[in-house]
Amino acid sequence: MSAHRSVAGGGERLSLAVVGATRKLWSGNVAVAEGALAAGVDFYAGYPITPSSAIMEHLARELPKRGGTFLQAEDEIASVFMLIGASWAGGRALTATSGPGFSLMQEGLGIAIMTETPLVVVDVMRLGPGTGQASKAGQGDLMQARWGRHGDQHLVVYAPTSAQDCFDLAVRAVNTAERLRVPVVLLSDELVAHTWEDVAVPEEVHRAERPRFAGEGLPFHSDDPRIAPPMPGLGEGHGVLMTGSTHDGRGVRFTADPFVHRTLATRLVDKVRLNADALAVGEEHGLADAEVGVVAYGSMARSAVAARELLRPQGVRLGVVVPKTLWPLPEEPIRRLAERARAIVVPELALGQLVLDVERIAAGRCPVYGVGKIGGGLPLFPSEIAARVREVVR
Amino acid sequence: MNHPLHRYLREEVLPGPFCPGCGNGLVLGALVRAIARAGHADLREFVFVSGIGCAAWIPSPHLKADSLHVAHGRAVPTAIGVKLRRPDLNVIVVGGDGDIAGIGGNHLVHAARRNADIVVLMVNNLVYGMTGGQVGPATPHGLPTSTTPYGNPEQPMDTAAVVAAAGANYAARWTVAHPRRLEEAIYTALGRTGFRFVEALSQCPARVGGRLKVEPAAFLNWLKLRSVPLGEAGEDAVGERFTVGEYTARDRPGLGETLAGLRPKGGRDE
Repeated sequence: MSAHRSVAGGGERLSLAVVGATRKLWSGNVAVAEGALAAGVDFYAGYPITPSSAIMEHLARELPKRGGTFLQAEDEIASVFMLIGASWAGGRALTATSGPGFSLMQEGLGIAIMTETPLVVVDVMRLGPGTGQASKAGQGDLMQARWGRHGDQHLVVYAPTSAQDCFDLAVRAVNTAERLRVPVVLLSDELVAHTWEDVAVPEEVHRAERPRFAGEGLPFHSDDPRIAPPMPGLGEGHGVLMTGSTHDGRGVRFTADPFVHRTLATRLVDKVRLNADALAVGEEHGLADAEVGVVAYGSMARSAVAARELLRPQGVRLGVVVPKTLWPLPEEPIRRLAERARAIVVPELALGQLVLDVERIAAGRCPVYGVGKIGGGLPLFPSEIAARVREVVR
Repeated sequence: MNHPLHRYLREEVLPGPFCPGCGNGLVLGALVRAIARAGHADLREFVFVSGIGCAAWIPSPHLKADSLHVAHGRAVPTAIGVKLRRPDLNVIVVGGDGDIAGIGGNHLVHAARRNADIVVLMVNNLVYGMTGGQVGPATPHGLPTSTTPYGNPEQPMDTAAVVAAAGANYAARWTVAHPRRLEEAIYTALGRTGFRFVEALSQCPARVGGRLKVEPAAFLNWLKLRSVPLGEAGEDAVGERFTVGEYTARDRPGLGETLAGLRPKGGRDE
């Protein structure tokens, strides 16, 4: 299930002999739904929204066949809170949405972070703000995925570049949510979601289990912040005290105590922050001899890798870093690229979001240039990225 | 403390956080008496879900049970998520009028329409009490509050009627001045399936009584004197007078039953 097997971007063809997998022709959305099923998702509540609805429709058909539960909610707020309820009742819960619905889900995501509730929200990005262009690709939700909630908080964000990634990262998202008791965002985009391509489905998929409370320890305290506390199930006689307000290790609400709040909020942030290395997945292309670099994610990673192929015959050695964990962002490969390259270009279907991180991580080692393009769902074509790279390397 | 109902309570958190003269204790009493009468020796088979507001603190942390205390207005969808995944558990939402009928109003209407198998106990104290007594969806017309200092210009929502019209199996309204009737309504709700709604009109001595200079006991009498049985009240639901009684009591199949009946052929459950 490692991400480097991906067909996407790398141009490395999967070998059937190596993988021992079934091959499917799936769209990114179908691959997300199938990845969720493979990871053991048994609860979906959601609200239709373009361009994510195919995930919902696929699971509306498939979940009831497998003993799972599917419900169309009255809105995205209800969807995510139904997930919270189902997760505490022992379910593996996932929903999918797009920008406007993702905005509504921020409230529930904040409660899920505070209550350490495992769940996955898939955001298939379209163009915003507002209702924007509903069926057109964009990458403007990156910062919202990370920071959309009020208060000090972290969650985990993954971003697929291909249908294969959609399957692999849906599994990874569910497993990370369960293992760390943290909500996970799978940040897809319209181009990835609607592209039909080859997906290798492994015979066996590892399913991580959440740490379970059986009377030992405390359900909301862990001496090592990297390890999630054991989660009690409902109806097991534990007298679960779960609250979205500040609470101590037992779950008892403390609405004024400075120490209790500091302890809890710091541990919740550290749970994600201190696991950054373990959470990091991504790809590197040609970093060893790179004279110039690109950092790109999602569908734009595909254009970036294609641009590398365009530039090679022209004698330009382009190194590409493709982060597939967008939060916490894997910093080491970007730092390494910045040390080697004369400049880094950051192409994105947004007006400058990922570029801010790359500037921060490069920290002056080399100049960083953003190249943003929005509107109509047009991608940044490989030729456009290549042209910008030639300009900055000159 | 040897009161027989204390077995349902976390004695270590008593006495509760409510203001002297608050009606929430009367609601809590009616709830646990109804549960005891239904034959439950403890609350192991119950999950209580609440949002934000004074009434949301009735179950969390006072009941010796599993409780989920989530965001303002979102207890109902959270409860539906629990019930769908664990149909064997009794799932009860407790919340105020602002929480349930105001910010959570859309969830309430759709939960009733779905006939989701949960009980919602709404404590209607006529205002947003926790935040200082602002006007709410069930505030009587003309009542001065901290955000309607010259009187409420709007009409109150007849929440029990809305829930009944939306498709719930059970909807009733009583006041905390009718503790027996209130207990009976909760007991009836516990014995049914589908969506069940019980509204308890209650006094807020701090935010309403304080503003109107009404003592809690006088407030209770005021609720009682203004209550009119359903059918005798005309159009007046929660305005000059409060309509009390059962708005609906029927046995349509609940969401759990209808979902189970619509699984695909060849599914795991067949």
